Amino acid sequence: MNNSSIVGISVPRKEGQDKVTGRAQYIDDIVLPGMWYGATVRSTIPRGRIKQITFGAEVAWDDYVIVSAKDIPGKNCIALIAEDQPCLAENCINHPEEPILLLAHADRHALAKAVNAISIEYDPSPAVLTLEESERCCDIIWGSDNTFKTYVIQKGDIDSAWAKAAYIVEGEYRTGAQEQLYIENNGMIAWFDPEHGITVWGSLQCPYYVHKALMTLCQLPAERVRVVQVETGGAFGGKEDYPSMIAGHAALLAIKTRKAVKIIYDRLEDMAATSKRHPSRTRHRTAVSKDGKILGGTIDFTIDGGAYTTLSPVVLSRGAIHAGGPYYWPSVRITAKALATNAPPHGAFRGFGAPQSLFAMERHMDRIAQIIGASPIVVRQRNFLKPGQTTITEQAVREPIDLEKLLDRALELSSYQSRKESFAEENESGEIKKGIGVAAFLHGAGFTGSGERYLGSVVGVEACADGAVRVLVSSTEFGQGTKTALSQVAAETLGLGYEDVDVAPADTMEVPNSGPTVASRTVMVVGSLVCSAALGIRHALRQSGWLGDSYSPEEFRAACRNYVAAHGALRSWSRYEAPPDIFWDDEKHRGEAYAAFAWAVYIASVRVDLTTYTVSVDDFVALQEVGRVLHPVLAAGQITGGVAQGIGLSLYEKVIWQNGRMQNSQMTNYIMPTSLDVPPIRVFFEELGNVHGAFGAKGIGELPIDGPAPAIANAVADALGAPCDCVPLLAEDIFDILTTRVATADRSGSPSR
Amino acid sequence: MRSNPRDYQLVAPGTLHAVLSLLAEAPGKWLPIAGGTDLMVLYGAGKLAARNLVSIWSLPELRGIEVLPDQVRIGAGCTYAELREHPVIAREFPLLARAASWTGGTANQNRGTIGGNIVNASPAADSLPALLVYEAELILVSVRGERRVPYLGFHTGYKTTQLAGDELLRAVCLARQFSECLHHTRKVGARSAQAIAKVAIAALGGVAGGRVQEVRIALASVAPVPLRLFETERAVKGKSIDKCLLAAARRATVSEIRPIDDIRSTARYRSAVSSNLVEEFLRRLSAGAPI
Amino acid sequence: MSNSHEISGRREFCFTVNGERKTVPAYPMERLLDVLRHQLRLTGTKEGCGEGECGSCAVLMDGILVNSCLVPLLQAQNANILTIEGLAGAGLHNLQQAFLHCGGTQCGICTPGMILAALYLLKKNPFPTIEDIREGLSGSLCRCTGYMQIFEAVEEAARRQTSDEV
Repeated sequence: MNNSSIVGISVPRKEGQDKVTGRAQYIDDIVLPGMWYGATVRSTIPRGRIKQITFGAEVAWDDYVIVSAKDIPGKNCIALIAEDQPCLAENCINHPEEPILLLAHADRHALAKAVNAISIEYDPSPAVLTLEESERCCDIIWGSDNTFKTYVIQKGDIDSAWAKAAYIVEGEYRTGAQEQLYIENNGMIAWFDPEHGITVWGSLQCPYYVHKALMTLCQLPAERVRVVQVETGGAFGGKEDYPSMIAGHAALLAIKTRKAVKIIYDRLEDMAATSKRHPSRTRHRTAVSKDGKILGGTIDFTIDGGAYTTLSPVVLSRGAIHAGGPYYWPSVRITAKALATNAPPHGAFRGFGAPQSLFAMERHMDRIAQIIGASPIVVRQRNFLKPGQTTITEQAVREPIDLEKLLDRALELSSYQSRKESFAEENESGEIKKGIGVAAFLHGAGFTGSGERYLGSVVGVEACADGAVRVLVSSTEFGQGTKTALSQVAAETLGLGYEDVDVAPADTMEVPNSGPTVASRTVMVVGSLVCSAALGIRHALRQSGWLGDSYSPEEFRAACRNYVAAHGALRSWSRYEAPPDIFWDDEKHRGEAYAAFAWAVYIASVRVDLTTYTVSVDDFVALQEVGRVLHPVLAAGQITGGVAQGIGLSLYEKVIWQNGRMQNSQMTNYIMPTSLDVPPIRVFFEELGNVHGAFGAKGIGELPIDGPAPAIANAVADALGAPCDCVPLLAEDIFDILTTRVATADRSGSPSR
Repeated sequence: MRSNPRDYQLVAPGTLHAVLSLLAEAPGKWLPIAGGTDLMVLYGAGKLAARNLVSIWSLPELRGIEVLPDQVRIGAGCTYAELREHPVIAREFPLLARAASWTGGTANQNRGTIGGNIVNASPAADSLPALLVYEAELILVSVRGERRVPYLGFHTGYKTTQLAGDELLRAVCLARQFSECLHHTRKVGARSAQAIAKVAIAALGGVAGGRVQEVRIALASVAPVPLRLFETERAVKGKSIDKCLLAAARRATVSEIRPIDDIRSTARYRSAVSSNLVEEFLRRLSAGAPI
Repeated sequence: MSNSHEISGRREFCFTVNGERKTVPAYPMERLLDVLRHQLRLTGTKEGCGEGECGSCAVLMDGILVNSCLVPLLQAQNANILTIEGLAGAGLHNLQQAFLHCGGTQCGICTPGMILAALYLLKKNPFPTIEDIREGLSGSLCRCTGYMQIFEAVEEAARRQTSDEV
């Protein structure tokens, strides 16, 4: 057997050559013979009824194919969790940019003018545009009380906590909507023929989500729907649910035109119409002992789901479970709600609710520190979860995590103490105020609770006629390195070279459902299944006598070739099975929420310029424990990328809403960080090992977006000596904080007795 | 892409004379396009109203920076990249060189032109406060001949100018008389690169005998046009810079700007930052610090 | 109806792309980006924003870095264009290797424009400081990497390029 390790080595990215040479084919690069182009006609109001649709006389409509809700063969919905979101609005409009009609034409240039030539008259109704309006229930826009989902997580006896408290600390924290801003806009191509059914190719994360949605929409059996992911130019959760909508639209046009139809969004449409990170409001009320120990508290976590359910219940769940941070709560009651507003539905974005609730938790820790007169470091140290203690869902911490040690190392790496001292001195004069802030946090890897059991993911590994090994998964590559990491896992498992293994295209005709590529689950959950499926191949080769007990990679390839020549295809399947000792009560959100957590401490150093009220991040230390690092370059790239997005969330990226509609849907006015806006992002790993994932790896993808916003807001608050409880913190927000600070200072904390 | 190329006409006559003749045939019909960094954005978004365009990109008569003994003459087709790299501009007109380096990224600096920046007439344009401070003169040309107009006053309102329908901006002239002055500039954008100014300042001045001898201040994005702060200059000129004067300068600044709330910022913020920037300039002037 | 607006017919445009002379029938206001992608099927040049903000469509035109979404075809008449497809010779270009090695490409959609921006930077400034690199690439947006590994790649390419020349 080949003893040289592949796991832990930065092997070349599988599809890397194609990407650096421009050969990689993304959806807009693909042209099918006779292909037409599709476009979407959307609502311009947040809520109301369609009165009349007029087709302007300046367009030769006979040259177009037009699809409305009446053309839908199956159910008019995007099947996901609930079935409340129509694929095309028929009468009722529930948000701006809601799809109403579809157009197709042979000439892509002929579409924009036609979309503009359609005028829609509405009977508008009052719209619900904020969480507070939704809560008041003056207008009911969803269900009986505008609430998609409520969770209550209860642990211990809170009443006695209030009684024992030396301080009761309250705070309210908010985060804004954030656009994923993958640089490749959404796009799909669909093709239909009565015999084969519908095929779509597209930029997407979850082939089987799209598959399910198309079966319902087109009323087709599973075998007559085929979904193929092509090279995908970034996703970050933004291509988890909305691609089902676009695939549905392309499919409807393909069915009616009997041609291949391509729909590519431009940036304006992609930003305005597709999902964003849920805006949130978190209220903390915490009982704290004299020496800074958390005794208990309540956390009200509320998110704005937009107009339809989409993924909001799941985002809410993850946000709620992370709301207590990496701390021990003897008692707590978390009330989590996802509310409806007349905005386009908010959806998945890296972190999935956790960045919102962790922002609140980590800002609140600094508030507790301020109110009890301790340092933010000490307050965290006093409350860190320790092995053997239980989380807010009463999950026992089994990993040997030492958060105090992690914090100490991060403090050292960031020169925390010496910076703190020199900043205090420097801040005494001048217009530049410097600050340093800490965030400690955790992120659960994989689906929550019983989620993985319900998914029942299946992975295949195939021995090919040429001797190579192929991994068969619906887990998709969109920049994170799925193909590379899963190839490493299979190669390491089998003692093969990295080049002996490849990953099959994510095509539902070819690969089983290994679950969606979300929730930091790919390497940990799918990777483990790849290991066992790969072992199944080896077992079969040995059983059949083609492979000995020890072998070289060349002998293994020969065994594959011989086996396939003699017996035909060799595939080995592995299905997820939940460990037997796992308990999870979904109703009460109690028990083993995650198979593993990743842990981290991030520290940001910032400067605020009081001439312009702008903040810049000077240094960023990201220290995390993510189990075994399978690929150092890819892992570091996940962290730096997540931190940069987190810097965007903290300081730059603000969606400006008017009547439920995004006003700044361009890259020139929705501001993401450029190469001049990121500090040196210094990445460090601790490796404790973990029994759950492939070769001890845990999830890594989402973790890095949880920490930057609280670390940066804490640093800005440190610099200004004023609370910064909402992100993003644009210069205008800093200006508002400073000019209204007298009115709001210290309104929130009071000694209770 | 929200426009249909077949709906648009674009011609490139190749010489200044031919372009001017075309403009003269039907004044107002043809819209000149240079590097396209403004117009092609509108075109892509389906918002370019003009259907007939005449390319002036690389017209030889509009290129180049001519250094004369008493002035520098910058061709309207000069790109930001050329401006920021030119040694005389960098040395004697640093406000302009800095502004050029702040406009877009490298690719847009390679295509965007100073003439385009002036004629596009955005109140947020990066190079315009510098031109106000240097009291640039513009050379406008048509088949009727050339005329020189002061840049100050060229912008008559939001996105409107003195340019006649048959005229082209040919060059920008700067008098070489500021080498003794302190030059100060700062742009406040939403990020460090590729940002449109929320507020920007360009200023120059000199102090002699403890008193402000020369002072010129201009701001972007605080009025429908790039604004020269004459009131503030008057409040400062001939006086010594102390706390009292700084307060007076701040008051004058706030009284003569007309900032608005828009998608990029708020009037309140712009107003506060404008006076901060003016104060910062005056403090540096007082300290004798260069930019 | 649309014929009433049809004021400028298609005609032939000539230019050189990646060393090959090309003649394409097109309208003069077609974007260079679209002509490269649709007519010439050089799809390595990407569209990210269509307004010159993201740099994904960057190409070199007569040696100058430009955003091809903002170039009307007429202005590329007789020009010499280099796209990502023309960069590699027998093997990968130095920059392509460095991007691969350092993790400078993740989803890959910004990569062609980013590599061409880096190429232009190194051409003008073979010994860039980290600040030069940050500024030189500030017109190319990347959402995946947080830029760190891109900076490393450009530094590595610069080192290799200078050591090759020595």
